[in-house]
Amino acid sequence: MEQTPTQTRLPRALLLAAPLASAILFSAGGGADAATLTIATVNNPDMLIMQKLSPAFTKETGINLNWVVLDENTLRQRVTTDIATKSGTFDIVTIGTFETPQWAKNGWLDPIGDLGASYDMNDIFPSVRAGLSYKGTLYAVPFYAESSMTYYRKDLFQAAGLTMPAQPNYDDIAKFADKLNDPAKGVYGICLRGLPGWGENMAFLTTLVNTFGGAWFNMQWEPQLTSAPWEKAISFYVDLMKRDGPPNATSNGFTENLALFSTGKCGMWIDATVAAGYLYDPSKSKVAADVGVAPAPVAVTPHGAHWLWSWALAIPSTSRQEADAKKFLTWATSKSYIDLVGTTDGWVSAPPGTRESTYKNPDYLKAAPFAPLVEQSILTADPEHPTLPQVPYTGVQFVGIPEFQGIGTTVGQDIAAALAGRTSVSQALADAQASTKRSMTEAGYLQ
Amino acid sequence: MMDATTLSGEAIAAGSLAPARRRLSWLMLSPAVGLLAVWAFVPLAMTLVYSFRRYNLLYPERNGFVGIRNYEYLLSDPSFWTAILNTLVLVLGVLAVTIVLGTVFSLLLNQNFPGRAAARLMVIAPFFVLPPVAALIWKNLLFDPLNGFIAWLLHLAGLPAIAWFTHVPMLALMVIVAWEWTPFATLILLTALQSLDPEQLEAARMDGAGPTNRVIYIVLPHLARPAAITIMMESIFLLSIFAEILTTTAGGPGEATTTLTYLIYIRALLNFDIGGASAAGVLAIVLANIVAFFLMRAVARNLEA
Amino acid sequence: MNEQRASLPGTIAAWVVAFLMVFPILWMAITAFKTESEAIAIPPLLLFRPVLSSFAAALAQSGYLHFALNSIIVSLGSTVLAILIAFPAAYAMAFQPGRHTQDLLVWMLSTKMLPPVGVLVPIYLIFRDTGLLDTVEGLVIVDTLMNLPIVVWMLFSFFRDIPRDILEAAHMDGVGPRKQMMHLLLPLASPGIASAALLAIILSWNEAFWSINLTAAHAGTLAAYIARYSAPEGLFWAKLSAASVLAVAPILLFGCLAQRRLVRGLTVGAVK
Repeated sequence: MEQTPTQTRLPRALLLAAPLASAILFSAGGGADAATLTIATVNNPDMLIMQKLSPAFTKETGINLNWVVLDENTLRQRVTTDIATKSGTFDIVTIGTFETPQWAKNGWLDPIGDLGASYDMNDIFPSVRAGLSYKGTLYAVPFYAESSMTYYRKDLFQAAGLTMPAQPNYDDIAKFADKLNDPAKGVYGICLRGLPGWGENMAFLTTLVNTFGGAWFNMQWEPQLTSAPWEKAISFYVDLMKRDGPPNATSNGFTENLALFSTGKCGMWIDATVAAGYLYDPSKSKVAADVGVAPAPVAVTPHGAHWLWSWALAIPSTSRQEADAKKFLTWATSKSYIDLVGTTDGWVSAPPGTRESTYKNPDYLKAAPFAPLVEQSILTADPEHPTLPQVPYTGVQFVGIPEFQGIGTTVGQDIAAALAGRTSVSQALADAQASTKRSMTEAGYLQ
Repeated sequence: MMDATTLSGEAIAAGSLAPARRRLSWLMLSPAVGLLAVWAFVPLAMTLVYSFRRYNLLYPERNGFVGIRNYEYLLSDPSFWTAILNTLVLVLGVLAVTIVLGTVFSLLLNQNFPGRAAARLMVIAPFFVLPPVAALIWKNLLFDPLNGFIAWLLHLAGLPAIAWFTHVPMLALMVIVAWEWTPFATLILLTALQSLDPEQLEAARMDGAGPTNRVIYIVLPHLARPAAITIMMESIFLLSIFAEILTTTAGGPGEATTTLTYLIYIRALLNFDIGGASAAGVLAIVLANIVAFFLMRAVARNLEA
Repeated sequence: MNEQRASLPGTIAAWVVAFLMVFPILWMAITAFKTESEAIAIPPLLLFRPVLSSFAAALAQSGYLHFALNSIIVSLGSTVLAILIAFPAAYAMAFQPGRHTQDLLVWMLSTKMLPPVGVLVPIYLIFRDTGLLDTVEGLVIVDTLMNLPIVVWMLFSFFRDIPRDILEAAHMDGVGPRKQMMHLLLPLASPGIASAALLAIILSWNEAFWSINLTAAHAGTLAAYIARYSAPEGLFWAKLSAASVLAVAPILLFGCLAQRRLVRGLTVGAVK
C-alpha cells in the first residue's frame, strides 16, 4: 500500500527539476532595462485604475513600468526600509502628507521643480500643495486628496422624521444615531473606525479630539491625553459606539466600514471623502440612490474637525532615472489623465480632491453631486493650525513627527481596548498617556 | 585513504575516529555548518551592535553608542512583559490544542473506513495554505460577526453573533493558528500509528484489554516520542507567528494579542527604531535559546534513546 | 493491511473531522465563484450561478503567472540547494558522529528561532551591498538557509534508521565508500530525501515575510501577489477568495499528490 509507482518516481522528477530550476534561476535575474521604472503603490481603487491605464503612457513615451502593488501597511514598511537604507529599488513611490515633509527634511526625495506650463501647477489646491511641501518646496505631486465628511442615509432619515442640518454637531449625531439604530433590521445607528492604527481609528479620533478642543501635545511637547477634552471625546465615542455601533467595531477600518455602509448596514458614517465615489456608484453600492453628505460634525471648535490627506507620487533621491520618473509623475497627475479616467472609467471614478479644474468640469459635477462639499472640506482643512490650543506640530489627523506612527498605533490600541470593554476610558487614556510620555522622552522631546 | 573512509560499525561504536576520517567528516559538515554560522552570526552580530546604539531609520543624523539604554527602555516597558506572557499563552495553547486534536484525528484517520485516503487529504490540506491567506479567510469569510459563516450558524442556533477579535481576540487567533498546525501534528502522529505493531494490539485484545485500555496503555505511550518531536518543530514556527496577527488584530485590542515577535515588528517597522528593535531581538534570541536548551535537549535525548 | 473495518460512529466521526478541517478552504473556493454581493449574502448562498469574474479580476494586470513562476523557482531551487548541502552533513553526523554531533544538531535548529522581523534591517543592508535585493537568487539563498536545519535534521534521522549491517556487509565484500553511497545509501535514503524535499518546498512556498520585504517587481512570489488583495476598498471577499485560490491551488495540488511520501519522511525519525 505504501509503495505505489508514483512514489518511486517522485525523487527522479525532483532530480530532473533541479537543472531546469537553476537554468531559469540564472536567466531570470537579468539586469533591468534602462527605460523601465519601478513604481511602488498602494492597492486603492484609484491606484489600480492608474495601473490599468498606464499602457497609454508606455505607448506615448516608450518607458516601461514595473508595478509593486501592496496594501497600505506593507507598502509603508517596504518603502521606508528601502529609502532609509538608500537601496534605490524604487524610481517612484506613493507616499502621503505624513511622510512627504519628513522625508524631504531627511534629503530622501527629489524636489518636484517645474513640470511645464501645460501641467498648470496653480490648478492644484493650495492646501494640498502645502501638505506636500517642506520649507516652501514641493516634494510630491498629489494623485488624489481627501478630507473627511458625514455620510448618511436619506431614506432612513426621512422614515425617522429627521433632517440633517447644514453643519451638524456631535450632539445631533448622537441623537440621530439613537433614533436610527435598529439592529433587528440589520441597521446600526452609526459606523465609525475602530481598527487600531495611527491611520485608522486615530485619524478619525484625532479630528474628534480636535473639535472637542483638545490636542496631542502642548507647546512643550508634553502629551495631553488625560486632559478633559480627550476624556470627553473618547467617552463620547465609546458610549456612542457601544449604544449604536456595529459589533466587532475594533475590526472595522475604512475598508470594512465602506463595505458596511454600501450594503445598507449603517445609518451614518463619518469618514474619508473618497468613499463618496464608491457609495454613489450604483454598480458597487446598494444605497447609491439614498446617500446624503454633510460636513464633518463639530463640537466646541471647528478647528481640525475634518482632516486632509493626499496620496502622492514622489521620486526618491536614489533613483537613477529622475527624468523618466518625472515624465510619469506629470502624466499621472495631469489634467489630461483625469480626463482619461473620466472617459474610460466614468467621471465618478475620476481622482478627486487635487485640481480646481476638476471641480469646474460640468461632467464631473453631474456625476458627483457630492463634489462641492468635498472641495469646500479640502479647502478649509488647515494642517498648519489644526487645534484650538497652540501646538508645536502640523497635521490635522496626525502629528507630523516620525514617532507618531508608533505612538498613534499604541494609543489606538489602548482606545480599542476601551471600545472592546476590556478597560475603562480613563484607564485607557492613562495607559496611553504613560506610553506616549515614555516614547517622547526616549525620542528626546522631553527631559 | 579509501579504506580509512569506509563506513565501519565498530568505529562508530567506539566513537573514536582516525584523523583522516575526522577530516573528511568535517569536510562534509562544513558547508552546512559554515553557511548556517554565517546566516546566524552575521545578522546576529549586527543586531548586537545595533542594540547598543541609537539607530532610528527616520533620524539618519542621530547616531551613536548609548550603552545599555535600549535594554533599560525595553525591560522597563510594561508591554514587554505582556508580550512575553502573550507569546507563552499562544505557543503553549496552540501546542496543547494541536497535540490533543492531532492525536484524536490520527486515531480516527487510522481506522479502516471507506474513503479514508480522501479524508486524510482533507485533514492535511490546511497545512498547504499561505499564512496570510489563512488569516484573511478566517477573519472575513468565517469570523465576521455580520456576514460571516459562523455568525450565521450561531444565528440558526438562536445565539447572538460573537465579535471574535473584539471580545476573545487571543482565542480567535489561536483557532486560526491551531487550524494551520493541527494537520502537521496529525500527519506525524498518524504515521507513527501506522508503524505500531498490530500484533501487539492483537495480543492485548486477546488478554482482554478493552479499546479504551488499549489506547491508554499501548497507543498513547507509542505516540510519546513523535509528539515530542512535533512539539519541538512546531514551537520553532509558533514562536515567530506574525502574519496572522498583523492581518487579524494588529496586536490588539489593547495589547491582548501582542507577542514578542509582534512587539519587535512595532519597534522595527512602525517606529523604525532599529536600536530598540535590535535589543528586543537579542532578548528574543536569548529567550528562544532558553526554550531551545530545555526543549531540544529533552527531545534530542529522546532521539538518542 | 489486516485491520478491522471501523465502526459506524468511528467512520462518521472521521468524516466530520475531515469536513470541518477542509471547510474553510472549501468555503473560500465556493466564494471565489460568487459575485461580490453574493459573497456577503446572509444567509450564505449555496445555490448560485457561478461566475468567473473574480478570477478574471484576480488575473488581470496583476501578473499572476510571473509571481507563480517565481514561487516555483524559489521553492524548487532552495530545496535542491538545501538537500545538496544537507546530504553530506547529515551523512557525516549519522555515520561518523563525534562528541558534539548532538549539540551541533540542536544549534542548527536553534538558528531557526531568530524572529525574522528583528533582523530585517541587517539582512536588507547585506542584500543591498551584495546586489541581491529583488533577485530570485537572493530569495533562494534565504529560503535555503531557512530550511537547511530542518532538512539536515530530517535526513539525519532518516540515515540513522538505515540498518547498519547492510553497509557493514558491503564493507566486508570490499565495496568502497563512494559505491556504498551511490548504490546502497542513495536508493535506501531516496524516500527520505524526497520527503525532506517536499516539506522544504511547502515551507518555502508558504514563506511570506522575506518574499515580501526583500523583493519588488522582479522576484516577488505568490505571498507578495496576495498582499495587494489584503485590504482594498469596498467589497472584496470574492476577489480575495479567487486570488487566494490561485495562490494556494498549485501547492495544494502538489501537496495532495505528495502527501503519502511526506508522511513517511516526516516520521522516520519519530516513529521507530
